[in-house]
Amino acid sequence: MDTVRSSPEHVESPHSSLEVLRSAAPGLVGQRTADGIETCWVPRDQLRALLGAAQRQAFEMLFDLTAIDERVREHRQEQPAADFSVVYQLLSVSRNRDLRVKVALLEEDLTLPSICDLWPNANWYECEVWDLFGIRFDGHPHLRRILLPPTWEGHPLRKDHYARATEVDPFSLDAARQDREQEALKFCPEDWGMQRQSDDSDFMFLNLGPNHPSVHGVFRVALQLDGEEIVQAVPDIGYHHRGAEKMGERQAWHSYIPYTDRIDYLGGVMNNLPYVLAVEKLAGIEVPARAQCIRVMMSELFRIASHLVFYGTFAQDVGQMSPVFYMFADRERLFGIVEAITGGRMHPAWFRIGGVAQDLPRGWERMIREFIDYLPARLDEYDSMVLDNRTLKRRTRGIGVYSSAEGLAWGASGPGLRATGLDWDLRRKRPYSGYEQYDFEVVTASGGDCYDRAWVRAEEIRQSLRIVRQCLDHMPAGDYKARHPLTTPPPKDRTLEDIETLIQHFVNSSWGPVIPPGEAAVAVEATKGMNAYYLISDGGTLSYRTRIRTPSFPHLQMIPLMSRGLFVSDLIAIIASIDFVMADVDR
Amino acid sequence: MAEFAVIIFRALALLLALVLSAALLTWAERRLLGLWQDRYGPNRVGPFGLLQVVADMLKLLGKQEFVPPFADKPVFILAPAIAMSTMLLAFAVIPFAPGFPLADLNLGLLFFLAMSSLAVYAILLGGYASNNKYALLGSLRSAAQVLSYEVFMGLALLGVVLQAGSFSLGQIVEAQRELWFCIPQFLAMVLFFIAGIAESHRLPFDLPEAEHELTAGFHTEYSGMKFGMFFVGEYLGVILISSLMTTLFFGGWLGPVLPPWLWFLLKTLFFVLLFVLLRAALPRPRYDQLMAFGWKCLLPLALLNLTVTALVLL
Repeated sequence: MDTVRSSPEHVESPHSSLEVLRSAAPGLVGQRTADGIETCWVPRDQLRALLGAAQRQAFEMLFDLTAIDERVREHRQEQPAADFSVVYQLLSVSRNRDLRVKVALLEEDLTLPSICDLWPNANWYECEVWDLFGIRFDGHPHLRRILLPPTWEGHPLRKDHYARATEVDPFSLDAARQDREQEALKFCPEDWGMQRQSDDSDFMFLNLGPNHPSVHGVFRVALQLDGEEIVQAVPDIGYHHRGAEKMGERQAWHSYIPYTDRIDYLGGVMNNLPYVLAVEKLAGIEVPARAQCIRVMMSELFRIASHLVFYGTFAQDVGQMSPVFYMFADRERLFGIVEAITGGRMHPAWFRIGGVAQDLPRGWERMIREFIDYLPARLDEYDSMVLDNRTLKRRTRGIGVYSSAEGLAWGASGPGLRATGLDWDLRRKRPYSGYEQYDFEVVTASGGDCYDRAWVRAEEIRQSLRIVRQCLDHMPAGDYKARHPLTTPPPKDRTLEDIETLIQHFVNSSWGPVIPPGEAAVAVEATKGMNAYYLISDGGTLSYRTRIRTPSFPHLQMIPLMSRGLFVSDLIAIIASIDFVMADVDR
Repeated sequence: MAEFAVIIFRALALLLALVLSAALLTWAERRLLGLWQDRYGPNRVGPFGLLQVVADMLKLLGKQEFVPPFADKPVFILAPAIAMSTMLLAFAVIPFAPGFPLADLNLGLLFFLAMSSLAVYAILLGGYASNNKYALLGSLRSAAQVLSYEVFMGLALLGVVLQAGSFSLGQIVEAQRELWFCIPQFLAMVLFFIAGIAESHRLPFDLPEAEHELTAGFHTEYSGMKFGMFFVGEYLGVILISSLMTTLFFGGWLGPVLPPWLWFLLKTLFFVLLFVLLRAALPRPRYDQLMAFGWKCLLPLALLNLTVTALVLL
């Protein structure tokens, strides 16, 4: 795995790799899914053998690890009996393939062998599954609550756990409970895997966050310092957890869209995209070309907005005061356009199942043309101000390095992975929403350090501008929404012409669309890396399970790897270069 | 007796003028940063937002005089007073106009160096007494930084002293009638300016308070007027270094047509603005890089400058 080569630009022919894996796990059973990802069930005792064999077959990345509470699911044809199932989704970058492995568990014995030794990023994912589902992983180095406070009772993604505070008695904090909570907050270095002293020095423990100017939200890193040198840096997440996945089980398919906006809150409508793509896959909706092009254009505009924020705050975190103001001013211009088109700014919630909410307004071409003509000169100025600055280079070159192989093993994606030299970009490798028609470069660097991560993003802004220009020049005519019964809200023009459309409109607008049962996961190249929605429909108006795989979660898990032996100031540069928002980590 | 009264009056007038200009500088800096950063800065209170200074002061005065329970109380209170008073004392030797340094010491320059060294105590004590890890890290950084930059600040100034033949600031100005020292002592000027920035811990040498790493560094635990004193002390430091630049390298009050005090003021203002511009433009180096730069690059240069000056004079 020393040199990782990315795959050719097409998906390998879908002849099954399951047959090869069957030799490692004879108990393997296949399952068909709406997204066409190879899916199999494996008995618990053969899980590690199977995953090990898959890893040897160049599945370099543990893309996602989650669980499903199957106890009240009705449509489970051809699936083994299970109260809970744990889902491992693997990704092979070199072969451009996916593999989904499921394990059925019964309520009386919710344990699985840990796979932290196979993929290091399994650590946090297994903690998350324990936290939210109460499934134990034997052999895990430190299984603990990761998103919820240690004093939480119950496992919230179980179907029998309440979803709203109004479903239980009002919260009260009596003295005894306060003491208990305070006690749980006490910092004990040993719990974090830290020593208090070494042979020649006593260590200092520094609590960076959850309120600190450089941690970009409510994020905490516990530092074990020798002087100013970092011996260990242990990230602590969960302060921004809002139960987005649980909410998905209570919202109609359509009304969940605004929640997706708030996952990566700098990405705006880019967050809607994987969600609506997954729903459309379940529903079998073909999106018209104009809607696809509008989606691409808006997503790229938001990529620019998000990268501008990154660029400014990155400069700010290494002590440069001014750039952030220029970049926010440019972002404000962009929001002017977004507002004219969608009516919203940061969270427009503007994509719809089957298309987008409205057609483009009159005069949109002029606004966008002005912006994409204006920005390149500014970007050149920023490059000379920030990226060409020698102090900044000295602060960020060779700091926080990881290689392509390490990045894959830890689940890194997006500009961070591309900065290591791997040209893995879903827009190119697995084009969605018509990306195959656009001419753009996948930007890569070679160093994999903080500087390269920033450089890649700065270049990606230029590539996004190229894509937006192509959208502008070649915007197809036609519908902005699919003429499909499950399009929500349905196109209105024919509702008063025939009774079928009227009924459909009425039903979709009152109950919400009924999505056929099935499973689909769709990943997109979001602003910060690969963002995927894994949706399970049980044939109702609500999602049975909404799993959100976000890029920032594995990225934060890499902080200890990236910062060992460096200084506190380097850690700040590393945190700045990762480009995360806490809502994208904690959901 | 009358003479004594004059001195008292002068001292009070200078004190008032300095504190006022330090306060005004906070406003000027924010407006200038606003200008350079495509935004407004404080522009609502009074004409051009000038009264913002008053509003800020009232706000600071209105805050609770809070001393954290875990702090070392007497030292905690003493530190900001040291920060402000050492800076103010150093102004006593600055010749604003012919015959108007408050105290025309014949060792004026040494007095300034002594005062700026004392100012380190403010930061050390403040950081130590706060009993906070961020403050401690900040004050440790600061102590190391100021001590090392002071070494070659002194060395750089020796070149000027050699050329002027005096430690008295008034005589140093007089010695520049023919030629400002910024030309023969160019290297010393650059070194002194860099060291001056480090002394007043402004960006890019603001590591002691490096907001993005140490929240607020040594004054993390300070609030209200105690914080205000650190703050004013920092701006006084900016003015002090600027007026020394003027005095030592740019002919002090010397200049045609305009009255001497005005020349002094204009030149000093120029350097103050340069400080602000630097803050708007530069990122912050890492602590060890800063130290390496000081010891490996600036110190040899300062020694070189001193040797060459001595050789030329001999």
